[in-house]
Amino acid sequence: MTQKNRLSSSKNRGRINYKKPLTFTYGKKTYSGYEGDTVASALLANGVDIVGRSFKYSRPRGIVAAGAEEPNAILQMGATEATQVPNVRATQQELFDGLVCRATNGWPSEDFDLMSYVGKVGGNIMSPGFYYKTFMYPQSMWKNYEKVIRKAAGFGRAPQEPDPDVYDHIHRHCDVLIVGAGPSGLAAAAALAGTDLRVVIADEQSEFGGSLLHSSELIDEQYPQMWVERICTQLREAGNIVCLPRSTVNGYHDHNFLTIHERCSDHLADQASHQVRQRMHRVRAQWVILATGAHERPLVFSNNDVPGSLIASAVSTYINRYAVIPGQSLVLLTTNDYAYQTAIDWFNAGREVVAIVDTRTNPQGVRVQRVRELGINIITGSGVINILGRQRVNAVEVAKLDEVGEKIIGQVQTLNCDTVASSGGWSPVIHLSCHTGSRPIWDENILGFLPGETIQQQLTAGGVNGCYGLKDCLQQGYDAACDALEKLGCKDTPKPSFNKVEDIAEEPAMALFHIPHSEPTSRAPKQFVDLQNDVTAAGVEMATREGFESIEHVKRYTALGFGTDQGKLGNINGMAITAKSLNKSIPETGTTIFRPNYTPITFGAIAGRHCGELFDPKRYTAMHQWHIENGAKFEAVGQWMRPWYYPKLGESMQQALNRECVAARTSVGILDASTLGKIDIQGSDAREFLGRVYTNAWEKLAVGKCRYGLMCGEDGMVFDDGVTSCLGENHFLMTTTTGGAARVLEWLELYHQTEWSDLDVYFTSVTDHWATMTISGPNSRKLLAELTEDINLEKDNFKFMDWRSGTVAGIPARVYRISFTGELSYEINVQANYGLFVWEQLMEAGEKYNITPYGTEAMHILRAEKGFIITGQDTDGSVHPYDLNMAWAVNMKKTFSFIGKRGMAREDCIRPDRKQLVGLKTKDLECVIPEGSQAVNDPNQAIPMDMLGHITSSYWSENLGHSIAMGYIKGGINRIGETVYYPQTDGCVIEAEICSPVFLDEAGERQHV
Amino acid sequence: MFSIYCPHCCEYREEEEFHAIGEAHIARPVDPDALTDAEWASYLYIRKNPRGLHHEQWVHAIGCRKFFNITRDTVSYEIKETYKIGEAPAFVA
Repeated sequence: MTQKNRLSSSKNRGRINYKKPLTFTYGKKTYSGYEGDTVASALLANGVDIVGRSFKYSRPRGIVAAGAEEPNAILQMGATEATQVPNVRATQQELFDGLVCRATNGWPSEDFDLMSYVGKVGGNIMSPGFYYKTFMYPQSMWKNYEKVIRKAAGFGRAPQEPDPDVYDHIHRHCDVLIVGAGPSGLAAAAALAGTDLRVVIADEQSEFGGSLLHSSELIDEQYPQMWVERICTQLREAGNIVCLPRSTVNGYHDHNFLTIHERCSDHLADQASHQVRQRMHRVRAQWVILATGAHERPLVFSNNDVPGSLIASAVSTYINRYAVIPGQSLVLLTTNDYAYQTAIDWFNAGREVVAIVDTRTNPQGVRVQRVRELGINIITGSGVINILGRQRVNAVEVAKLDEVGEKIIGQVQTLNCDTVASSGGWSPVIHLSCHTGSRPIWDENILGFLPGETIQQQLTAGGVNGCYGLKDCLQQGYDAACDALEKLGCKDTPKPSFNKVEDIAEEPAMALFHIPHSEPTSRAPKQFVDLQNDVTAAGVEMATREGFESIEHVKRYTALGFGTDQGKLGNINGMAITAKSLNKSIPETGTTIFRPNYTPITFGAIAGRHCGELFDPKRYTAMHQWHIENGAKFEAVGQWMRPWYYPKLGESMQQALNRECVAARTSVGILDASTLGKIDIQGSDAREFLGRVYTNAWEKLAVGKCRYGLMCGEDGMVFDDGVTSCLGENHFLMTTTTGGAARVLEWLELYHQTEWSDLDVYFTSVTDHWATMTISGPNSRKLLAELTEDINLEKDNFKFMDWRSGTVAGIPARVYRISFTGELSYEINVQANYGLFVWEQLMEAGEKYNITPYGTEAMHILRAEKGFIITGQDTDGSVHPYDLNMAWAVNMKKTFSFIGKRGMAREDCIRPDRKQLVGLKTKDLECVIPEGSQAVNDPNQAIPMDMLGHITSSYWSENLGHSIAMGYIKGGINRIGETVYYPQTDGCVIEAEICSPVFLDEAGERQHV
Repeated sequence: MFSIYCPHCCEYREEEEFHAIGEAHIARPVDPDALTDAEWASYLYIRKNPRGLHHEQWVHAIGCRKFFNITRDTVSYEIKETYKIGEAPAFVA
């Protein structure tokens, strides 16, 4: 296909490389373009008018803008399923050879869209709140409505296959971050080049220059593109400046932290081979210079959305930068001088300017005079009130307006044309400044919002300040750089990078946002405010009539400013129309606030490398490889990977658990307990400290002894437990739950540092330093005896709750005779590097006892047979030791008011009907009550039933031959022997008797043997 | 993301290294058992939620593991100062 709208190379100084033609696929057709094109410029060059269908009315839509503000040309990109990217703005996507894209909406295609006929019929009833009003009832139907609505609307779809690309994060620190490399940003960067400062300059476009890339205003008597080239060379050679093109500063966060989204290879190919596709820069800047420029505002008038209607500066950009003229004959509609340049550019490109329609009565500015000299027809005091045409502009209706632009006062004339460029002035790009929480301020002179007060170390320059003249923009950029230098303590004043700059005087613009029609707004053909969300002037007025007065409410009711473009074009017009219909000023009406991100960003860039294996670290014990080789199934406990159970060939999980549990009670089982938190506590006040943080007493614990302790919060509720051993008079080893280790350490530090800093005590995490293996069962002593010579295992010498140091399998070890199974049990601790060796020695020596490794699930069952709690499973932060029937672990006589003591004495904590932990024995011995089941007294009570408490632990006990459970029952400790019921979701009811939670060896003899 | 000056490390570090604990300067009562339930509840649960300057306790969790205080403006998020436990803030509301 020929590029019918492409200007020849002889006529253009643009950025197109005519020597490098490229082909690409849009929809079902193949087109050609050139290196330097965006998809949008290439589509326009090929005369593609329609790039999508509108959100609500399915109206045909064309390209409107040339940058980030584009609301219509939203594409689905990607040649394969895995490389699908939704939501790509055609105006920002550089063309590469073989690029595949299509419109994101329009069914069956964007050229012929069935929904447009629905839209045509239904369009008139699709007012603001249409969905709320229409699809509310019946509620059950919403999911059906939604499917249809989603298909009709939407901006693309996510890929169904994993992303093959790699994304990166990089952290940067700099003295100055310059956002935007237009005239102001470049002037600032040039002034900082060669200084001692670390500078980053980022711009979202493929090359630096901003508006200068399509401008013809001279700098130092040269075209501005020459100046840009000179400055870019200077920046590259300076050594202190990081230049980031294709990098959008998307978020401005607290304390000058900014995120930059760099697209490293999106412009090269569908998939980045051997390189990172996108990179997120996380920047901490001393000073930030915002040189983000401004977006041109379109004007609101009837049918202003017909393809062929663009904003004026975009037309100039396409002509001058991309050598594309998007039509044959132009009508320019403007409220200001600046837009006249578009008519000049169009004229110079050799095509017809039908007329300039200026809403002002007597414009006399420099550009106006230049246009007059070219003999172009200027119609003053008038507005374009309507566009004729459906698939493309074919004429406009022009009428005289009254002085304030509110009424039509003359005859309507029709002018034939195929392109309308409109300009209602400029809106500073204040998005980033808004991200920091600073509220923008309306300025009557520039008819736009300016960045408000900020506490960030932020400077602004150029268009973002509402300063639009080239000379002023360069000067402000230079000044901002000098400011930053001074604030950072540099004494030298740099030389400006420009001397003589063309300064074109402009007359004031007219404050007009909405051109009236001969009919009232509500009856006039649709006048679009927000093109992406199909919000019309009539819709905004209707919202205010229906009582929405806050601009935030108008926004949500009409969807003004929602969507991927975040109202970059439509917001100010919408606010102006809201203000007018509320009879308020714009500052009184206020503005909505922009939030990060400035433009949509891929999930890949946000995730970076933090996905898959690297999403969260995994912790392995020293024996992990052995567990794998021996067929363990694993469960994650916090970040630790713990063996869950070890199924033998053909064994079900329950069969494996039964075998493991029986072995630990009849012979010997072995558990990898290395993950238990271990905190080494030393200091002359260590003992005193323990007495304050545990509920029981510690002053008499002798060296060589261990003691179980409960740890509570100040509210009296249990939050961790474990065994602490006395290693020396001033030296203890505390163990914590696997998941609680870090929390407990911080808790100890908190109290030591902030409350009891007078105590001489030190805490060190030693969890990873030790490998811990627990051998449990009647044969465990015989087994250990084979591997140690220097530890006297005699039962009256090395008693239950003692610990000894010595060697096990020749390795220095600490052996603790403690038991979580209720059996004779030894916990062997060796330096972690020897863990696997000692484990293997135990396995070898234990073979004759059929030593059986058991995992966390069997451990849970074994301890439940004994009624031992697991904090976090049997407790939930709302139970105190008495609720657990563990008064034996609380010493109320301690002199110091230990943590939790006062809390558990509160009125609510001594209620008799508190939920208390008890055992539960099912009437049907085979039946295992599902954990979480609620107990009731009367299973026939009408819903809602009175609930007594829930099941926290429930298992099949092979050792006992029946199921066992622990759970809460209101006042349960005094209800032993009574029956409660557990109604299930399937309607059946499980009957159970309240009993002691100690199901096995109530006297506790087995651990003492 | 905050940039926080750790008064123990004497360096600005990223917020990711720190945990916020809660309101600062809440001393544990010397004799908890002498307090009424209401007084104890006030120590346990009642916290300020000011608009403006707020003293907060933080810990350099993935750093020196030391606790310290921050005076922060809850509107602008500006950190006015950081200071060690036991020291008095220079900025007060």
